[in-house]
Amino acid sequence: MSILVDKDTRLVVQGMTGSVGQFHTEQMLAYGTNIVAGCTPGKGGTSLMDVPVFDTMRQVVKQTGANASCIFVPPPFAADAILEAVDAEVPLIVCITEGIPVMDMVKVRRVLDSQDKSRLIGPNCPGVITPDQCKIGIMPGHVHKAGRVGVVSKSGTLTYEAVGQLTALGIGQSTAVGIGGDPINGTDFIDVLKLFNDDPNTDGVILIGEIGGNAEEQAAAWIKENFEKPVAGFIAGRTAPPGKRMGHAGAIISGGKGTADAKIAALEDAGVKVAPTPSDMGTTLQGLL
Amino acid sequence: MNIHEYQAKELYRKYGIPVPKGIPCMSPEEATAAAKQLIEETGNEVVVVKAQIHAGGRGKAGGVKVVKGVQAATAAANEIFGKTLVTHQTGPEGKVVQRLLVEQGLAIKTELYLALVVDRESRRIAIMASTEGGMDIEEVAANTPEKIHTITIDPAVGLQGYQVRQLAFGLGLSKQEQKNFSKLLFGLAKLFEHEDCSIAEINPLILTEDEQVVALDAKVNFDSNAEFRHKAFWDSVRDLSEEAPTETEAKEAGLSFIQLDGNIGCLVNGAGLAMSTMDTIKYYGGEPANFLDVGGGASQEAVTKAFRIILQSEAVQGIFVNIFGGIMRCDTIANGVVAATKELGLKVPLVVRLEGTKVEEGRKILDESGLAITSAATMAEGAQKIVALAKG
Repeated sequence: MSILVDKDTRLVVQGMTGSVGQFHTEQMLAYGTNIVAGCTPGKGGTSLMDVPVFDTMRQVVKQTGANASCIFVPPPFAADAILEAVDAEVPLIVCITEGIPVMDMVKVRRVLDSQDKSRLIGPNCPGVITPDQCKIGIMPGHVHKAGRVGVVSKSGTLTYEAVGQLTALGIGQSTAVGIGGDPINGTDFIDVLKLFNDDPNTDGVILIGEIGGNAEEQAAAWIKENFEKPVAGFIAGRTAPPGKRMGHAGAIISGGKGTADAKIAALEDAGVKVAPTPSDMGTTLQGLL
Repeated sequence: MNIHEYQAKELYRKYGIPVPKGIPCMSPEEATAAAKQLIEETGNEVVVVKAQIHAGGRGKAGGVKVVKGVQAATAAANEIFGKTLVTHQTGPEGKVVQRLLVEQGLAIKTELYLALVVDRESRRIAIMASTEGGMDIEEVAANTPEKIHTITIDPAVGLQGYQVRQLAFGLGLSKQEQKNFSKLLFGLAKLFEHEDCSIAEINPLILTEDEQVVALDAKVNFDSNAEFRHKAFWDSVRDLSEEAPTETEAKEAGLSFIQLDGNIGCLVNGAGLAMSTMDTIKYYGGEPANFLDVGGGASQEAVTKAFRIILQSEAVQGIFVNIFGGIMRCDTIANGVVAATKELGLKVPLVVRLEGTKVEEGRKILDESGLAITSAATMAEGAQKIVALAKG
């Protein structure tokens, strides 16, 4: 077993016909992901790489039974694409798009909170992968290996880093989830931790956070009370200067809040073993198993 | 993105939010004329001369003067204009005052605090109001949190009357003041949403003797992700002299760049990896010269540009390229590194660590280039190598 995605996942790619969408659709197909449809308004009836393209998400769900979506739609139209997927009641929506205005996400989040059919991962994230079964997103598939360690992260490239280290140590992954680094997103650390807690085939978790907000502190509090498996952690941005937005829209220390040190202290207090450098994430988890 | 106080106030006027009468000035001479005009119009000799810089704490640094008469206003303008203000938000180098705002003086009865922010916890716009106006709100939050009243706006229905009343009663406003406050707050909420703000802060918001509610100060930050909706307007209010030139240049090339104090240049893909590359360099005893995220879809040209920006700093004694390709393809990075090195004649040590999508192609391009590039298998190894090489 795994969480969120597996070999039965039927994926639709929203924005498949754009250059980024096309490149990654090709990569996902090569990995073995079951892509049943693409959705690009105005291109319905055509096909790309033998995948049929539809105009609307309702058509996609009705005609292909897609149960997951991956969004590569540009920022001005991405919130609309997410809402269209929610309207079509797609259970899992993974939004890769970076740069969605926060005001759009405030509205998207309000809609997500008012229903229980769809779950959003991201935006501004690398996606979700269950090795050897299903890859949704932009992560390099070949660094992964099937196994029993879960990974959840705000940062795309640090997720690859953690996974690459685990694989090099011979430790496979159950599922790796990138939740994204935007200030307002869908699924958070705690949502993913709950899934890993209930997954009999996940033995331990690597949690990767970064400066800004307090999602890591909330996750730490939840781990302390509820989580039954070993957790290794890492927080990026110890050397980041305050008041500067470090790439991700959400990665900013403001008013002395959201520092790496405060997050590391909260995680350690919850029994999480925090790696001293990002190159030690794999070995830190190995020591806990 | 930041704008000046006088620009924020012009925006406030557009949304019906009362602000003092004021005139922006680009020289002390303009300030003299502005003071004269305001005194004639209002019949009040008191005017305020305010430095316009993109940083708070101006008052304490001597950037705001309340004066009486045109002569005193001229003297104040001469004193402030061209002065370097150092506040808790400018950094030690301070900021040079190149613009002034001259405003009418108002009889202040009470100073309040009002701010709208995007609240990550409630995932909504939050409105904070406090009786402790004119103070550092972070201190108020730390010492007397009960003096801050907060409500959040449900995006489905917008700001509601009962919420405004909650705040107004919390602030102890009179009936007429409540009415004026309500109008102001509905205007500010509308402005915040329509203009894609990340912060709109009024500190102080004042009550006058005749029960008016006026924004004596105005701070507005925009959410830079929403630039595509406001490009023409934002371009017209952007003050490039307030932004670090290299950071602007990087932004135009689609790069995310922040200058730091160290000597090791970093070129990384992904914000998390870029931050932790800095952390790792520091861990092994080095000092990063910058944060640089080339992003997901960077072209070969953007990578060359990134190199050029890093090398603009004379402090740079080594460069560490750390790539774990997802969207970013290692062959693109490698081609960019080779092109940049050939073009710019690299004179400092270069350590490259490549992993991820198209990694074999990328490594091959570097190997066949014949350039003096030190390769590393991991981030830690790369950081240790560049720290050692940069020391010479």
